[in-house]
Amino acid sequence: MLNVGKIEEGFVLDHIAAGKSLSIYHHLHLDKLDCTVAIIKNARSNKMGKKDILKVECDINTLNLDVLAFIDHNITVNVIKDGEIVDKKELVLPKEIRDVIKCRNPRCITSIEQELPHIFVLADEKKEIYRCKYCEEKCRERF
Amino acid sequence: MRHLMSPLDFTVEELDSLFDLASDIEQNMPKYAHACQGKKLASCFYEPSTRTRLSFESAMLNLGGDVIGFSDASSSSASKGESVSDTIRVISCFADICAMRHPKEGAPMVAASRSSIPVINAGDGGHQHPTQTLTDLLTIRSLKGHIEHFTIGLCGDLKFGRTVHSLIHALVRYPKIHFIFISPEELKVPSYITDMLKEKQIPYEEVIRLEEIMPRLDFLYMTRVQRERFFNEDDYVRLKDFYILNKEKMKLAKQDMLILHPLPRVNEISVEVDDDPRAAYFKQVQYGVYVRMALILTLLDIHV
Repeated sequence: MLNVGKIEEGFVLDHIAAGKSLSIYHHLHLDKLDCTVAIIKNARSNKMGKKDILKVECDINTLNLDVLAFIDHNITVNVIKDGEIVDKKELVLPKEIRDVIKCRNPRCITSIEQELPHIFVLADEKKEIYRCKYCEEKCRERF
Repeated sequence: MRHLMSPLDFTVEELDSLFDLASDIEQNMPKYAHACQGKKLASCFYEPSTRTRLSFESAMLNLGGDVIGFSDASSSSASKGESVSDTIRVISCFADICAMRHPKEGAPMVAASRSSIPVINAGDGGHQHPTQTLTDLLTIRSLKGHIEHFTIGLCGDLKFGRTVHSLIHALVRYPKIHFIFISPEELKVPSYITDMLKEKQIPYEEVIRLEEIMPRLDFLYMTRVQRERFFNEDDYVRLKDFYILNKEKMKLAKQDMLILHPLPRVNEISVEVDDDPRAAYFKQVQYGVYVRMALILTLLDIHV
């Protein structure tokens, strides 16, 4: 069993589907932060069998929860202060996400006008379906 | 300021007012002859279109307004690489309202977000064509007196046909509509539409042959079955005659059934059907002008 030390301040993202931690690492732009990040892959989990965990030592405000909720709203976000869990944030599907994913429809206006933001809106909350704001193409990427 | 991007942008009540206005225009054309005097419609067509463009232009001229614009992208600044956002900002300085057709889906929405004049989506790729749907609804209402309690057969290419998809989405807001989808297996209506109908508990049937359900229809909405949509030539040859409406099939229909078609028609309605009093597709074109006149007046907030 591998041991990764406690963090003093930051967050621990738990219950990440096994194998998805690197994708989340990139989408949260953690590669651009000058802080300690631990990526734990395939940790044993009673609930999930295997899971990934991300530990990030940084100011909690730097985390974009909308992006995280879009990627997987089942992730547990533990907020850490002075080495202790002080809060567990619940993730809710964002109504709209901007410039996280690109519309892949070659007929979409975003395919020719580069300056347009790529916006997806939550079209069906129950089925967790996002559609491009412009062409209504269904988002196929769910990481 | 309002725009029209999708037929669902207007509530059923707002559509009722729009159709009331269109009907009044039909009955009292001269009353509206100067309603838009001094106003200009920018007709911005980034791809060729005959019926829709001329229908918009005719609508504005009937209202006493003027028309400026272009009829394909090569004669606009888009050919120099200008963005839709920039073009509409410029057009906003020249005109009072804009009808835009664009091959890229969502382009009119981008224009609307930057525009200081109302923008009407006159068709954006395979996405939306709201004024066709408004035309279909007005035709149904004008010829039957109401939009409720009928059986409509939608026939032909139900997989790729945007007019069919828009019409279904618009009709589900009215009571007691029964849908019958008539298409080859390859061109069935997409599952997201049948899922939506199931969820709303709206009755529908899917059949392969037109003849078998013909006697039950109040409306038959025909669309083209294109050769290139089939995987192989044999299937096309085998199936195409199922979807050609001729005098023989019309004998099976009710005496007051009405045939609609978004046009252009190729061969899916035999010309021998044109003289049948139930053929409503050319009247539909006329209703298209009335509904566009009503739409221009509504978006410009002009009351006569």
